[in-house]
Amino acid sequence: MCLAIPARVTAIDGMMATVEVAGVSRKASIHMLDDVREGEYLLIHAGFALSKVNEEEARETLRILEQMGGLDEGSLG
Amino acid sequence: MKYIDEFRNSELARKVLKEIHDLADEPVRIMEICGGHTHVIFKYGIEKMIPPQVELIHGPGCPVCVTPLERVDLAIDLAWRDNVIFTTFADMIRVPGSKSSLQREKARGADIRMVYSSLDALDLARDNPDRPVVFFAIGFETTAPTNAMSVLLAREQGLDNYSIFSNHVTVPVAVRAILDSPDVRLDAFIAPGHVSLVTGSRMYEFMADDYGKPVVVSGFEPLDIMQSIAMILRQRREGRCQVENQYIRAVTPQGNPLAQQVVERVLEPCDMRWRGLGLIPGSGLKVRPEFSAHDAEHRFDIGSLPELEDPKACDCGNILRGAKMPWDCRVFGKGCTPEHPIGACMVSSEGACAAYYNYGRHNLAPR
Repeated sequence: MCLAIPARVTAIDGMMATVEVAGVSRKASIHMLDDVREGEYLLIHAGFALSKVNEEEARETLRILEQMGGLDEGSLG
Repeated sequence: MKYIDEFRNSELARKVLKEIHDLADEPVRIMEICGGHTHVIFKYGIEKMIPPQVELIHGPGCPVCVTPLERVDLAIDLAWRDNVIFTTFADMIRVPGSKSSLQREKARGADIRMVYSSLDALDLARDNPDRPVVFFAIGFETTAPTNAMSVLLAREQGLDNYSIFSNHVTVPVAVRAILDSPDVRLDAFIAPGHVSLVTGSRMYEFMADDYGKPVVVSGFEPLDIMQSIAMILRQRREGRCQVENQYIRAVTPQGNPLAQQVVERVLEPCDMRWRGLGLIPGSGLKVRPEFSAHDAEHRFDIGSLPELEDPKACDCGNILRGAKMPWDCRVFGKGCTPEHPIGACMVSSEGACAAYYNYGRHNLAPR
């Protein structure tokens, strides 16, 4: 139910944005986000953008994941 | 970066799994509150990859599942009111009320339409100015701002024929009710990432501060959930008890203030009955009197609702609180299946019973 998908903004018209997910375009409301720009990724839930996706933080998460599982190699544990 | 494939990478999954296995030194019961997480856990078989001492308990975070019988009955009643177009998310269409479902009533001729968004319901109201359009508003904090926004837009655009039937519920009050249950033993929580887009991760601080439970706000890709499990195990290993945010690419501590303002403007707390959990004071959201013209319960003059008991055969209440597992229920997979659900947890694909059933865990009793 609380599904939200990352979608890229391809165009903005007032309070509605055209967003693209896996090649499919749809409209989403941006009433509840400030300062949305083309090219940004937004999380869309039930036709409304609720949050931006922060690329830097996504890379940070992947970096942390990359470092996991190293416990038996000496440094921690 | 597309923010999907990167978080399904099998090489990274092996690293996180190793971390989980290294950290899992004692039995731990972790509740994932959100039904979306339950669905992903089963879809990717995460519960089979982690060590058996790490037990995942499935929480009540499925709004479809917790909407009580009498409110489904009322939806059906509204759908048959004079000239009404009744709109609903697809999730609710098959949910049984006490006698029927919206799907069955649609087959009998009620004008019930499935929509993807409350914006679609607004379009219908615009295209059918002579007919009342009612939107079946359900969901947690994620969905409440979208449906509240539709009321503001209806007012702004003069769509006087549009109203919502609000059945919104909120996470913290229900979680507190579960934490206060004497028969539920839970050690930590995976908190719902998309609720947190709106509310922020700060909302869960009472769980760590008042109840001493580690909480990790998690995203919805398999690597997100696995990393969240590892973060919980690390908190326990290090004797910490905090709210941590795994889903930093989308969730902030303070959430989305604009969305919070929209909810605050249109909706106010009310007592709500939950299927399986009973009445939880202050756990629901209803339309504020200022917007009563767009409140279906006001507009169609609904009296007080009866309190209908869940079907006796079901053990939904205990399953939704994490006190029992689906296979502990005597009708699970027998009288109660996704095609013919009796109880709440089997109705939605995000319900614990439906997840167990759909992903083949019919008769698995790991004891």
